[in-house]
Amino acid sequence: MVESKKVFSLHGASCASCVNKIETALNQVPGVIQARVNLAEKTTSVWGHVDEDACVLAIEQAGYGAELATVSDRELREQQREADQKHYRDLLWRAGLALALGLPLMAWGLITGEMSVHAPAQQIAWGLVGFATLAVLIYCGGHFFTGAWKAFRHHNASMDTLIALGTGTAWLFSMLVVVAPQLLPEMARHVYFEASAMIIGLINLGQALEVRARGRTSAAVEKLLQLQEVSARVLRNDEEVDVPVDEVQLGDRLRVRPGEKIPVDGTVLEGSSLVDESMLTGEPVPVKKAQGDFLSAGTLNKNGSLLFTAEKVGSETRLAQIIEMVKNAQNSRVPIARLADRISAVFVPVVMVIAVLAALVWFNWGPEPKVAHMLVVATSVLIIACPCALGLATPMSVMVGVGKGAEHGVLVRNGKALQQASKLTTLVVDKTGTLTEGAPKVTDLETEGDKDELLRLVASLEQASEHPLAEAIVDAAQERGIRLSTVQHFEAIIAHGVRGEVDGHKLLLGNRKLMLRENVDVDHWQAAVEALAGKGRTAMYAAIDGRAAGLIAVADPLRSDARSAIQRLKNLGLEIQMLTGDNGATADAVATQLGIDCVHAELLPEDKENIVADLQAKGGHVGMAGDGINDAPALARAEVGFAIGAGTDVAIETADVTLMRSSLHGVADAIELSRATLRNIKQNLFGAFIYNILGIPIAAGLLYPITGSLLSPVIAGAAMALSSVTVVSNANRLRLFKPSEVNA
Amino acid sequence: MNLLINLLGLALIVGIVWWFWLSKRAAPAAVAPAASVIMVKDGVYEPERIQVPVHEETTLHFLREDPSPCAEYVVFADLDVNAQLAVGEETEVKLPAMEAGEYPFTCQMQMYRGTLVVA
Repeated sequence: MVESKKVFSLHGASCASCVNKIETALNQVPGVIQARVNLAEKTTSVWGHVDEDACVLAIEQAGYGAELATVSDRELREQQREADQKHYRDLLWRAGLALALGLPLMAWGLITGEMSVHAPAQQIAWGLVGFATLAVLIYCGGHFFTGAWKAFRHHNASMDTLIALGTGTAWLFSMLVVVAPQLLPEMARHVYFEASAMIIGLINLGQALEVRARGRTSAAVEKLLQLQEVSARVLRNDEEVDVPVDEVQLGDRLRVRPGEKIPVDGTVLEGSSLVDESMLTGEPVPVKKAQGDFLSAGTLNKNGSLLFTAEKVGSETRLAQIIEMVKNAQNSRVPIARLADRISAVFVPVVMVIAVLAALVWFNWGPEPKVAHMLVVATSVLIIACPCALGLATPMSVMVGVGKGAEHGVLVRNGKALQQASKLTTLVVDKTGTLTEGAPKVTDLETEGDKDELLRLVASLEQASEHPLAEAIVDAAQERGIRLSTVQHFEAIIAHGVRGEVDGHKLLLGNRKLMLRENVDVDHWQAAVEALAGKGRTAMYAAIDGRAAGLIAVADPLRSDARSAIQRLKNLGLEIQMLTGDNGATADAVATQLGIDCVHAELLPEDKENIVADLQAKGGHVGMAGDGINDAPALARAEVGFAIGAGTDVAIETADVTLMRSSLHGVADAIELSRATLRNIKQNLFGAFIYNILGIPIAAGLLYPITGSLLSPVIAGAAMALSSVTVVSNANRLRLFKPSEVNA
Repeated sequence: MNLLINLLGLALIVGIVWWFWLSKRAAPAAVAPAASVIMVKDGVYEPERIQVPVHEETTLHFLREDPSPCAEYVVFADLDVNAQLAVGEETEVKLPAMEAGEYPFTCQMQMYRGTLVVA
């Protein structure tokens, strides 16, 4: 067990004597090994095995306030970036130092060819070089050796093991040549100090470049973290006070001025303004916000001043949830990586066995100098093998791919969803709210009498109904400024319509079945109803005092970009099927307008799940796009559920892919991105496999009969260092991903 | 001499197989309690086997000393849990209640490897 460090934020500490008091109080807490106060940061660090509450109590008893300091995601990321920078400089320095020894030695060998030990003077000279190389191995490559030793003690072997064994063997052999050359045949008295130094230098250089490239893979999360505002302007006692965003409480009233970011989620109380939500939704057009509208943390207030109530703060905000989801998804495993995972688990010991076998083959059947060849082959095999390239292949692509999705308002739940989205063959789309706006409107009113009077009567009747179509009729009346009357004896007749009494008139509003049931003759209106259905509108008959009085038609307008999105999805090779509870004629009309070939109409909610299951049973890879609330079972049943809910909490929690933008283009973006990411992963995995499959036999001397020479361990080191950098750089290419068509 | 080197080579192969596979399976490392601080350093989690109670939520404590990006995340792939580890500071990772069994945890690249023993 090791001692742990805990950091507490302090309140009320302002002078040197406070420091003494707090440190003395903490040092008396059982388990505390050391306590140190940082007055500038108002924090205290405590080392040892301690109870947090006991430390807080001790500080409070000393007369101050304290709480366990928490590191925000943003601070953590900045801290990591600083650590990366320091690590990068450190690696570059080590690489430079090792190469400063290795390069001149290699040049000496190439120019003079004198790298052998045959005389006492050479023994002394190479002995000195040997000790200089040892210093380089310890200072520049010591971490490989400690890592290898620790892994060995745990019965594990890592990349450190290969590097330590490769460079260590080369150095030990060279020192043997220096100390006791007589033990070796004359042709084998060659030293390989330059190889040890060069390998350490090149691998440090490769790791430095990798650190640089990897920093860019998390750019998307950094962008999201930057959206989080650090302070907020809260109204306290009718005064506007700037406070850290962590101190904003639920119910606080906040003010945001033009050009400022919204600090927490909330609802507008006063004012109106355009708000740029593109950073969360990918939707470029700013949205008008006024009283009662919802504001998301991280979005940008453009031109007006807004007063709003805080409804979600801290980790509860939509932005915080998005960041959390993206981070989780970036680290999730992709099924395609299973083979690489299995191989990387046994990779290093297998390579060690191959190195020993190759060395034995060269010793028994190779040409002279056999001992030197053994060493070169074993070192090259150990050094060229790169488990890191295999390990990096998938996570790097997933990091960049998931981050890129977030930039386009596409939130992927995990790597599995990302992989499955790339294989979809069929997309089932719910009509309402996905292809349409989800808010029906009255489109037609036909009567032989007064239109406004008919609308007044049916709207008065529908006031009592909870049906979405009723809302559209009431809204239409209110838009025209019509005053409604009260309804009496209201009755909703399931699957038929409604009836009631308004101003002494007996009213009926509903479908043909209702009129037949109540013996109302509607033949006169039949042709008009069929014509309206042909346009995708839902027409209802109205009857007053037992006589047909007219028609009222309601339609849910199609989303302006639905047709182009469907076309994009078809271009991706997907078969599109539409699901709806509407009648067949209306559904067919909508499908025709959008270019959808297959329609399932008049469905109950549970039917949608069955249709998805049937398609899967026929061997299809089925995705489902819906609004995330009414379609939950079907979304769950589909291989990939796309929730088009503008990022409602329900959708974020349940869907495989959440589209922050209310557009089917998001589904096309997600599928294109998943295919691009999978392609990138496959390139990486293929590259890493091929590199090792070809590299190891070449290092083992397979090409010797053709080339007449063995692969230099220095070249093996360079290849190994480059392989990881190549994988990370290839993953970074995904950052250039652009959807095929943006919002037609 | 030839025979000696060949025997040495074969012994090395047997040693590798025994140490990295056979003996590891035969005698897994000692299991440390969940309250231990798990050091992330030099390519290994130490302790690497952590015992946590069955059907109970648990909090693990990681102290990362390796600044390289390899060690930045700890991933519990079976549990869909991962956490970013701060350098030089203790990071708490909350785990859900689990069924009895062994659950591996790794770094992103699976170079660091540890095991949760739920019993």
